[in-house]
Amino acid sequence: MYIEHINMTLELISFLILALIAVATAFGMLVSRNAIYSALFLVLNFVTVAVFYLLLGAPFIAMAQVTVYAGAIMVLFLFVIMLLGAESLPKAEALPWQRPVAITLAVLLAGEATLLLITRARPTGDIASPGEVANSITNLRDLGNALFNQYLLPFEVTSILLLVAMVGAIVLIRKEKRVP
Amino acid sequence: MVPINYYIILSAILFTIGVVGVLIRRNALIIFMSIELMLNAANLAIVAFSSILQSFSGQIFAFFVIAVAAAEVAVGLALIVEIFKSKRSIDVDQMSSMKG
Repeated sequence: MYIEHINMTLELISFLILALIAVATAFGMLVSRNAIYSALFLVLNFVTVAVFYLLLGAPFIAMAQVTVYAGAIMVLFLFVIMLLGAESLPKAEALPWQRPVAITLAVLLAGEATLLLITRARPTGDIASPGEVANSITNLRDLGNALFNQYLLPFEVTSILLLVAMVGAIVLIRKEKRVP
Repeated sequence: MVPINYYIILSAILFTIGVVGVLIRRNALIIFMSIELMLNAANLAIVAFSSILQSFSGQIFAFFVIAVAAAEVAVGLALIVEIFKSKRSIDVDQMSSMKG
């Protein structure tokens, strides 16, 4: 009983530290002037969210998060930032009133979203510690079964979506031949 | 044993930071990164709900969201590169004319 209590507290403390890191890195992404720093802050944020997925008992999503988001997507971002040489743009504030208004509205949005999600969706209960969730090979096998049986059509549609995105990116970047 | 409400509050905070990023930054790349942050915050809430309901559907949905984000980044970054080629800038305030 006592050890369970200690475990519970440890889990809560680790959650709070991770949440602090996630919010701090997201904020760092928001305020840093250099786009490369922003991208690196965002990588850190994605990795923190992947650790949250592990805590939630979703190891597959956690690994997909690290490989796809932190690996592929952010490397693409860094490539484009360095390719364009757009690390630090000159500051250009067109609308002086925009920033305070945006921040006020955003705080309102955060409060309202939290309130509605908690009162309307009424999620109750605690997230069990990752050891207690079926966090094992069986879990992964069930996930694969659900993905390839129940959700087979959305899965195939996703492949078409990725193909269309690939072709679209190539068509956009391709140099057009000038007709004389 | 973390209450699920904590995860939802964290998700709302991350989403809001993404919204602020879209609203106050003028760099198109930063705006794009903020959109990724918002997708990520939504994913966190989805996986938290799936964990509390002991169901795989939420995790699979989060997986699809990750795939859609990858496709979106490929096309969006291609667009940004094209805009930079023609305007020599990715400041969204400069993109005010319809004709390239």
